[in-house]
Amino acid sequence: MEAILFYLTATVAIISALFVIKCRNPVNSALNLITTFLCLAVFYIMLEAPFMAAIQIMVYAGAIMVLIVFVIMLLNLGLAVKSRYSHGLAGGGFLAALTLLVTVYFIKFGEATGTGGEITSEVISSYGHTELIGRAMFVDFLLPFEIASILLLVAIIGAVILSKREV
Amino acid sequence: MITVNHYMLLSAILFTIGTFGVLTRKNAIVLFMCIEVMLNSVNLTFIALSRHVGNMDGQIFVFFVMTVAAAEAAVGLALMIAFYRNKDSIDVDDFNMLKW
Repeated sequence: MEAILFYLTATVAIISALFVIKCRNPVNSALNLITTFLCLAVFYIMLEAPFMAAIQIMVYAGAIMVLIVFVIMLLNLGLAVKSRYSHGLAGGGFLAALTLLVTVYFIKFGEATGTGGEITSEVISSYGHTELIGRAMFVDFLLPFEIASILLLVAIIGAVILSKREV
Repeated sequence: MITVNHYMLLSAILFTIGTFGVLTRKNAIVLFMCIEVMLNSVNLTFIALSRHVGNMDGQIFVFFVMTVAAAEAAVGLALMIAFYRNKDSIDVDDFNMLKW
């Protein structure tokens, strides 16, 4: 049952990711990207990380994609009219194939070690995933969390200043 | 039985698709979306390995990746709007003002 769900969702994720890079209209690419994000949220639930799935849908499929679709609408872009260079396609395809080859080589001949940590399925079901995330973030990773908030502030100020006509 | 290798293989395929898109597309917004696909495939690897190892640190890292992606979206899209105002295009072939 789990295997069927995995392969079904993986197929949808890969096909929609292919459509992201294939569609000529950016709006179609954006809609296919949302499908990919939803498939990844399903994987996060299968991996017993429901909080991450919720964040994935709210932040990625919600906030970031709304921003992208809004910019596409604002710029009023048409279809891609210029044709792609064939040598660019060949070079890109070659480099992408090389990437796939190297990663598959590592996955096939490497071994994922280090099992048996303290966060098991029983711990997650007894405490709840959100509580575990919150405890890790506000106890062990408090300083990176504060730095991330400064990063977001800088991004807000930068976006406002960049999109002003006159500073 | 679905093991961690299945998830890593899937995320390798998604990363490759994103790489191919970044290298071949010309619309800057589509390029941006391909980068999001690559970031998400890495997130999937982080969460799969975090469950495999039995440790929460990978999922915290995913949280920070999402924060950086949000900041990147805000600044990157503002840059694209500023560029579109000057050049009336967001084709990456027109991004050549620093070239001499």
